[in-house]
Amino acid sequence: MEILVCVKRVPDTSENEIEVNSDGTDIERGDLVYSVNEWDNYAVEEAIQIRDKIGGSITVVSVGDDDAEEVIRREMAMGADRGILLSDKVFEGADGRAIASIIKAEVDKGKYDLILTGAQADDGAGQVGGMLAAMLDWPYASLVNYLEVIDNQKIKVGREIEGGNQEIHEINLPCVLSIQTGINEPRYVGIRGIRKVASAELPIHGAKELGISPEAVGHTGAKVQKVDYFVPDLGEGAEILEGSTDEIVEQLVELLKSKGGIK
Amino acid sequence: MAREVIAYIIHKEGIADDTAIEMISAAHKIDPDAKLIALVAGSGPQLDTVCNQIAASFQEVWKIDNEALAYPDAELIRPILTGILPSGSIVLFPNNTFGMDLTPGLSIKLDTAYLADVVDFEGIEKGKLKTVRQEYSGQVSTHVLCDISKGIIITVRPGAFKADESKTFNGSIIDKTNEAFQEGIPRVARRFLEIVEAEVGEVDITKSEILISVGRGIEDEDNLEIVFDLAEALGGDVSCSRPIVDAKWMEKSRQVGTSGQTVKPKVYIALGISGSFQHLGGIKGAPFIVAVNKNPKAPIFQIADVGVVQDLLDFIPELTDKINEIKG
Repeated sequence: MEILVCVKRVPDTSENEIEVNSDGTDIERGDLVYSVNEWDNYAVEEAIQIRDKIGGSITVVSVGDDDAEEVIRREMAMGADRGILLSDKVFEGADGRAIASIIKAEVDKGKYDLILTGAQADDGAGQVGGMLAAMLDWPYASLVNYLEVIDNQKIKVGREIEGGNQEIHEINLPCVLSIQTGINEPRYVGIRGIRKVASAELPIHGAKELGISPEAVGHTGAKVQKVDYFVPDLGEGAEILEGSTDEIVEQLVELLKSKGGIK
Repeated sequence: MAREVIAYIIHKEGIADDTAIEMISAAHKIDPDAKLIALVAGSGPQLDTVCNQIAASFQEVWKIDNEALAYPDAELIRPILTGILPSGSIVLFPNNTFGMDLTPGLSIKLDTAYLADVVDFEGIEKGKLKTVRQEYSGQVSTHVLCDISKGIIITVRPGAFKADESKTFNGSIIDKTNEAFQEGIPRVARRFLEIVEAEVGEVDITKSEILISVGRGIEDEDNLEIVFDLAEALGGDVSCSRPIVDAKWMEKSRQVGTSGQTVKPKVYIALGISGSFQHLGGIKGAPFIVAVNKNPKAPIFQIADVGVVQDLLDFIPELTDKINEIKG
C-alpha cells in the first residue's frame, strides 16, 4: 500500500509555556522548543505498522519553512521511506484550506492508496484532512483510533466518539483518515536513527513545481485571517495558595475538609 | 432581508443536544437581528419529537426525514447538506466528533469559508465576522476575521456559549426531505457498521464523590503510586486525563472528558492536568476543583477554585502524609 502521511512542526506544549508576544501579533517564539505534532507521530507509526504487515511504502510531507525539514527527517528515522517538503515564500499565511490545496497538488503528482493526518495540531482546528478528502473526492474518517486493512479495496476503521464509544465503518480505498492519539504506541527515535537519515535526499517542492498559483494560497488567498493573539479572560480564576509547602498543605487540607474532600 | 443563521441540531433518542440552544446565543452574537433556522436530520417519530421541541426556540425548522439517516453518518449527510444549504449561508455546527467529521469537507463542497472550534463572536464589521478561538490547548486566544461574502461553515465549542431558552418562536416546521433526496440516497464510499460501547472498568468513576485525577504532569508510570496513595488517604477514586490512557498506564474507563466519562463528584483534584476543553467537558455538577500544576499558565487554573503552583511529584506525598497524620 502506498501511504502518504502529513506532518507539522509545532511548538512543543509539554516543553513550553505559550505566551503572547509584546505587540500581540504572535506567540513569543524566542525560546520555544519545537517538535513534530503529537498526533502525527501516531499517524506515522500506524503507517509503518501497515507497511510492515502488507508491504508498500510511506511518504511523509510537511508544508512549512526550511525548519520543517527536521520533523520530516525525524519521521524518516522512525521508519518512513521518503520525505517531501512543500515550501515556498508564497505559502506564508496560508489558511487550512490553502494547506489542503498545497498537499492536494502533491498528491496529484503521485499515486497513493491511503493518506493519514493527525486528528489536530497546535491550532486545534483539525481541518486539513477533511478538506483534502473533499478536494480529492475521496472518503474521509476523522478521529480514527482503530484501523484494519481488509483487502486492497477497503479497510475497517473505528472512530473515537463521545463517551468512550467507538463508531465502526468500512471505507473504500483510496481514502483520507485523521488519526487520534492512543491508536498505537509510537516507537522511540534515537539520535543514531536521526543521524542515519541526516543526508537522505529530501526534495523541496514549491508553488512552481506543484503548479499552484500564488494568489490561491498564502495571505491573499485566505478567507479566514488571524488578526491578533491575546491572553484569555481568566474570569475569577483559581485562588492560588501561597507560602511554604507546609503552609500550602495546611491550607489545602482545611479546604478539603470543609468541602467534603476527605472521607 | 434579515440575515439567516442556520444551526445544525444534534439529537439522540428524540432529545435535542444541549448545543442546540447554545447555538441560539452564538447566532445572536453574530447578528442580533438574524433569522434563526434549525436544521434537523433523522428519521421517524423521534425526529418529529425533536422538531417540535426545537420549534419553540427557532423561527424555522428544516426537517430532513429518511430511514437512511437513522444514524447520523457524516459521509452521507455531507452530500445531502451540499444540496440544500443556500449559497452564502452562515451555518453553525457543534464542534463534537460528528461536526469534526462532517464540516471541513462540507466547506470545500460548498466553496465557503471555514472556521473550527469558535468560542466567541464579536459581530460583523464591513462584511467580516470577528470571532474568538483558542490555540495551544487554551493557553492563548486569537481573534480571527472571516470573509463571509460567500458564506461560512463554523463549528462552535460545546459549552462555550450560554444556553438561551428565552426565545419563544413557535417556529414553522418545513419538510425539506424531497429537496434533500431529489437525486436519491447519495452513494457513499464509507459504510457505518456499528457502535462499540465503552468497556466498563473496575471502578465506576461516574459515581465517585471524590476524584483524584492525574494527567501528563505525572511524567512516569511508576509515579502513579503517589496518586493512588493520596486517593486512599482521602477516601476517593483515581481518574485521569487522556495522555495517561494513550500511554496505556490506565484503562479507558478511568478517563474524564468528552471522549471518556462524564463525572459529577463533589470534589475534583486535578494533578498535572493542563485542562483542555475536552477534559473539562467531562466534569459536571460544579464540583470544588483543586488544581496542582507547575505551569502557572495552565488553563485548568481558570476554572479551578483553588490552585497550587508546584511540582506534583514533590507536593503530593507531603499532602498525603499530612492527611494520614490527621486521620491518625
